[in-house]
Amino acid sequence: MTDLINVSYDTQIPNNVGLSSDKRVLKALEKWHPGYINWWNDLIPQNFQKSLVYLRTAVSVDPKGWAKFDYVKMPEYRWGVLLAPQVEDRRIPCGEHAGQPAWQEVPGEYRNLLKRLIVIQGDTEPASVEQQRFLGLTAPSLYDMRNLFQVNVEEGRHLWAMVYLLHKYFGADGREEADDLLRRQSGSEEAPRMLGAFNEETPDWLSFFMFTYFTDRDGKMQLEALAQSGFDPLSRTCRFMLTEEAHHMFVGETGVGRTIERTCEVMLANGIDDPHDTQKIRALGVIDLPTIQKKLNLHYTLSLDLFGQEVSTNAANAFNAGIKGRYMEHRLTDDHQLKNDTYTVWDFEGGKLVRKEVPALTAINMRLRDDYTRDAAGGVGRWNKIIEKSGVQFEMKLPHESFHRQIGVFAGKPFAPDGTLLTGAEYDARRSDWLPTRADGDFIQSLMKPVYEPGQYAGWIAPPKVGIDNKPGDFEYVKLYMA
Amino acid sequence: MNAPVKQHLIDPEICIRCYTCEMTCPVEAITHDDQNVVVDAVKCNFCMDCIPVCPTGSIDEWRVVAAPYSLDEQFGWSELPPQADLAPALEALDDAVAALLAAAHQGAGGKSRAPASAAKPTINLYTLGKPATARVQGNYRLTDDPDHDVRHIILDFGGQPMPVLEGQSIGIIPPGTDAQGKPHLPRLYSLSSPRDGERPNFNNLSLTVKREAQGLCSNYVCDLRIGDEVQVTGPFGSTFLMPDDPSARLLMICTGTGSAPFRAFTMRRQRGGSGGDLTMFFGARTPESLPYFGPLGKVPETLLKKHLVFSRLPDARKEYVQDRMMAEQDAVADLLMDPRTHVYICGLRGMEQGVELAFRSIAESRGLPWETTRDAMRDEGRYHVETY
Repeated sequence: MTDLINVSYDTQIPNNVGLSSDKRVLKALEKWHPGYINWWNDLIPQNFQKSLVYLRTAVSVDPKGWAKFDYVKMPEYRWGVLLAPQVEDRRIPCGEHAGQPAWQEVPGEYRNLLKRLIVIQGDTEPASVEQQRFLGLTAPSLYDMRNLFQVNVEEGRHLWAMVYLLHKYFGADGREEADDLLRRQSGSEEAPRMLGAFNEETPDWLSFFMFTYFTDRDGKMQLEALAQSGFDPLSRTCRFMLTEEAHHMFVGETGVGRTIERTCEVMLANGIDDPHDTQKIRALGVIDLPTIQKKLNLHYTLSLDLFGQEVSTNAANAFNAGIKGRYMEHRLTDDHQLKNDTYTVWDFEGGKLVRKEVPALTAINMRLRDDYTRDAAGGVGRWNKIIEKSGVQFEMKLPHESFHRQIGVFAGKPFAPDGTLLTGAEYDARRSDWLPTRADGDFIQSLMKPVYEPGQYAGWIAPPKVGIDNKPGDFEYVKLYMA
Repeated sequence: MNAPVKQHLIDPEICIRCYTCEMTCPVEAITHDDQNVVVDAVKCNFCMDCIPVCPTGSIDEWRVVAAPYSLDEQFGWSELPPQADLAPALEALDDAVAALLAAAHQGAGGKSRAPASAAKPTINLYTLGKPATARVQGNYRLTDDPDHDVRHIILDFGGQPMPVLEGQSIGIIPPGTDAQGKPHLPRLYSLSSPRDGERPNFNNLSLTVKREAQGLCSNYVCDLRIGDEVQVTGPFGSTFLMPDDPSARLLMICTGTGSAPFRAFTMRRQRGGSGGDLTMFFGARTPESLPYFGPLGKVPETLLKKHLVFSRLPDARKEYVQDRMMAEQDAVADLLMDPRTHVYICGLRGMEQGVELAFRSIAESRGLPWETTRDAMRDEGRYHVETY
């Protein structure tokens, strides 16, 4: 067992920020570290903490050698502080300071704005680990269990990354904020996590896959926007985090895809053509496609709420200040200041949905959300290809942005998934066709039985096409600790 | 018509469009539309930076094409086109290495193919311009014969990924420059350890290297000391691979350091456990000059049927591998008749002719025309030759 109290930080934490010569930050991290380890230890069931998990550990920022795979006990995972290499003469990419040299220190006038962005990003990282803490108990395979834990330790590393920035650049308030990141708990009454979607428990594996597909994708878009920041240390941190985030998208997309594949396969094998023949399909131990669509509706719309108001002065300020850019800012060819540009957003006027031109600067959130929707639609297309290939007649769809929203112009309005405005009564009558009911949840829960044999998969999900790290099908991704 | 070219492609069925490769590509060769992520053949310089960052493995696809697929063609794909039949399997991206391997595989009498169930190999992750740096973990003498100094070399790759399969080779770049002042080209050595490492799940591998009297690289490698750093290219090779099918039967014929891949095959089976049997004909001058003579003795016959054949024993007549094959002709014939059997021949080029003659005679004794049998096996990925 590694000595976790007297951690030699220079050797324990892979880092490329010169921690050993930065005594002040080193001391601050040393003080923070035991709390982090306690948080991790209290979180995930003990027999998983003691199991050997085949994990990828980031060890460098060189694309070629950035990570290595090995069996690790999770509490001994080397959570590193890694920033993408500094780009020489990098410039602020957007806003009123566009073209000036990127900041290497926090610009005083934006200190609070920056700190808030970092804290919000940091808060989501441990939150998702908290939401997923019991999923290992019902893992459909060791492969999936390994993927879950990979996502968990990397969210942990992303928390480290944000905590490093707080300690390094924000002095005493930064340290306080870093402590609060461990004090808040997902779903807690007294100290909940900051964003709504991060206080819901992830009750089953389909929810986990939907969460990594839709909600982590919001995280990815936010990281993309922060990777464009004029505050260079934040940009470099986020750029490197994106490399890891890709795996989370992968877990979500293939997880949902494998669930769909298995359902179609079982339907076909039993001569069921009608995807809506729910009773018959469920009796075969797989999740019917309409229920999967309902889960999609729920997670997609919860994730849309994470983008905030369509028209937002906060977002305009952050862009204008150059501390948060747009998706792929460096590949956009406009003036990067949006002085006279407009952008089309949804609005709700006189009981109708309308498209409206607003100053592009105020529509930064909307633009990122549109980029998100385009990005999210890709995987849905892929899922439909799986269905199409099987010959089953069904199509998954992203619901209209107005459906089931709690934030923005559509908040609380009874829109149908196709964007038609209904009366409250009409909506209530159809709600259970569009969103998962308690009975749907109970059914999914009834399938959640662990499968811990290498190479074996629960009956409701297909095996993956390719193993992690090119491993063969029966590879023992987790060597379970048997007490 | 232009000479065929190699093209880097992405498998649209496996890719999840996370665009991490696109962000990583230093020359912006990767781009996407709403359908697919694609590689611009004009810009891609095979630097391989995109390979390890891909979370899915879809990035590691290569085709030899008469004319590269355009971006528009790639955007329209819902699956990858198969490799057109205009070139042998892509064993390496460097032309020089590809030529070396093509020459080594010539003895199979036609285009080599990987076994149908073989795992997908990674090739050319490291190149002459961008080699990996390995650290020497061990250098052990395997023979007790002054004329045959054969070494077991263990290289550790630390944090650098080195995804290898049994039967693949890596290149070692000898330090210094040649008479023209140019850096030396890498020399190829077959791995003698299985894919999960010389020690399981340590990122290391082993080579079996014989010191050649005038050999620039072999002397360099045989003199390496623990802790020395070595520049490595590769991995290379995409056909001389073992089947992942546990019921496949392997017939392995080798001399000298040609035993390297078979040590890897055997260890793979030993660690994995499986039903199919392994048979080995291994020739050397004497037990003292046969690499791994000691360790081989400890491998149980139930796992590996060993025929160790010696040509210079003091009180015995000279015996070569082909002589023993003839002596065992019933067993060999049974193997040849079994569609689960995969044949591998590895060693000095001089052994090819004798082995082939033995095979011909054994096949014909059962009424099988040899060339047809061999060609059919080769086309099914069940007949492999690597000689030098």
